[in-house]
Amino acid sequence: MKKEKAILIMDSKTIARSLIRIAHEILERNRGAKHLAIIGIKTRGAYLAERIANIIESIEKVKLPVGLMDINLYRDDVQSKKEQPVIQKTEISFDVVEKTIILVDDVLFTGRTIRAALDQIVDFGRPRSIQLAVLIDRGHRELPIRADYVGKSIPTSSDELVKVKIKEVDGEDNVSVIQDQKRKKRIKTGKQ
Amino acid sequence: MKLKSKDLLGLQGMSKQEIDLILDTAVSFKEILERPIRKVPTLRGLTVVNLFYEASTRTRISFELAEKRLSADLVNFSANTSSVQKGETLKDTVRNIEAMKIDMVVVRHSASGAPHFIANCVDSSVINAGDGAHEHPTQALLDLLTLREKYKSLKGLRVVIVGDILHSRVARSNIWGLSTMGAEVAVCGPPTLMPYEMEKMGVEVFFDLDKALEGRDVVMGLRIQLERQKGGLLPSLREYTNLFGITKDRLKRLNKNFTIMHPGPINRGIEITPEVADGPYSVILGQVTNGVAVRMAILYLLSGGEKKVE
Repeated sequence: MKKEKAILIMDSKTIARSLIRIAHEILERNRGAKHLAIIGIKTRGAYLAERIANIIESIEKVKLPVGLMDINLYRDDVQSKKEQPVIQKTEISFDVVEKTIILVDDVLFTGRTIRAALDQIVDFGRPRSIQLAVLIDRGHRELPIRADYVGKSIPTSSDELVKVKIKEVDGEDNVSVIQDQKRKKRIKTGKQ
Repeated sequence: MKLKSKDLLGLQGMSKQEIDLILDTAVSFKEILERPIRKVPTLRGLTVVNLFYEASTRTRISFELAEKRLSADLVNFSANTSSVQKGETLKDTVRNIEAMKIDMVVVRHSASGAPHFIANCVDSSVINAGDGAHEHPTQALLDLLTLREKYKSLKGLRVVIVGDILHSRVARSNIWGLSTMGAEVAVCGPPTLMPYEMEKMGVEVFFDLDKALEGRDVVMGLRIQLERQKGGLLPSLREYTNLFGITKDRLKRLNKNFTIMHPGPINRGIEITPEVADGPYSVILGQVTNGVAVRMAILYLLSGGEKKVE
C-alpha cells in the first residue's frame, strides 16, 4: 500500500453543478452561443468539454462545435522528459477563424499546458478570442495565465496532488487532493 | 512505454508492443498532415543529418518532410558530392559530422550493417533508411500501418511477397515485422532470386505465382532491381513478367477485399501491370502518405531526452 491520504473535494453532484454554472457563465459573458466553439484538452478536459457543450445545448438549443486536442507536441519539455508522452489524435473539424474558443481543461496548475494549447490553436487559425474554463484551479502558476471560468479554486501546497476522476475514463466523477510522500521527497531533493 | 534502443536499426527482434507504439503514434501524427499549418514545434533545436550513400526519392523526401513537419533542423548529405570521393572512410565521415553537434543520423547505405556500425561509433540516434539487402525498417512500418488501417488487426492476415527476395531489404523487414504482428507470410520468386534456406525465416516459399496467390489477402510486389541484375540471375525480363508479373487475371485467386502493395519505385509492366498498380485495391500512394507519418513517429519517439546525460 502506498502511503497517501486522499481528501475528497468534489463529488459527482458538485461537479455537475459547477459545469452547469460554467455553461451559464459562458453564455452570459458571450451574450448567447453565437460564434462559440469548445475545445477540450485531452484526456479529461475533452470529456468536460463534451459535457459543457451538452449543457449549453439543453439551455440554448444549439449544438456548439466541439474539438479535442492533444497538446503534447507543443510542450516546452518534450526533449527533457525521460519518456516521450503518448500522442493522441487532435480532432478539430471546424474552422477556428473568427470563433470565440472556450478552452476546457480539468486542472489549472502551472499554466504550461494552457500555453501549449494556445500556441496550437493559433496554428489552426486566428480565433476572435480564446477563453479558459477549468474544473479546478489549484494555484502555483509559472506563467501569466488565468482562467475565465472556474469550477472550484482550491489552495494547495506543491507537494499535494489533485486527482480528477471522470466517469468516461475512471468510472466515477470526483476530485480529491492527495498528500504524495514521494512527490514531497522529490521536491525536497530538488528533483522535479 | 518507450522504445528500448536509442536507434532504429531494424525490425528483427523488435517487440509487438514497440511496433504498436510506433504505429499508434503515427496515427496521431497523420492528422497533422491535414492541418492548415502542417507543422508542430516538437523537435525545435534538434539537428538531423540525412546521410544517403545510395540513391533514393521517396525515402529521402519522406524523411526530410517528417523532419520539417516536426521543426527539426536538417542537413542533407549525399556521397557522390562529398569527401567520400576523396577516400574518407564511413567512420571518419560520421564522426566528423557528429563533431559539428548533431542529434540524429538517418542512414542509407549499400552495405548491410552500415547503420549498425555507425550506431557503435556515435552517441547520436541512428535510423536505418535501408542497408544493402538487410533491412528497411521504416518501409516495413509504413506497410504495417497501411495494412492495419484497412484490416484493423494483422493477426492471421495472409500476405505474399513477390519478386526479387534475394536483394530485397523491404522483404526482410516486412517478414520480421509482419510475423511479429501475427500475420502469415509467404514469399514467391524465381529460384535464382530466392536465398537458400529462406524457410528458416518462418515463411512459406513458392516458385509458382499462381499457387502463391491462392487464398491470400495481401500481395506485396517488389521492384526488380535492374541495377543488381548484371549477374545473369534472370534469363530475360520478359520471361520474368510472364512467370511472376502481377496481372489482373491472376488477382482472381486472391481472397475478397484484397490489397496490392508495392514499396516503389515501380517498373511498370515488368513486375506489376499499370492496371493493377493503379487499381482500386492498390494502396501504393496511401503507403507513401503513411511513410511521412511513420517517420515522424520514429523521430519523435527516439528524441527522448534520457540519453543526453552529462
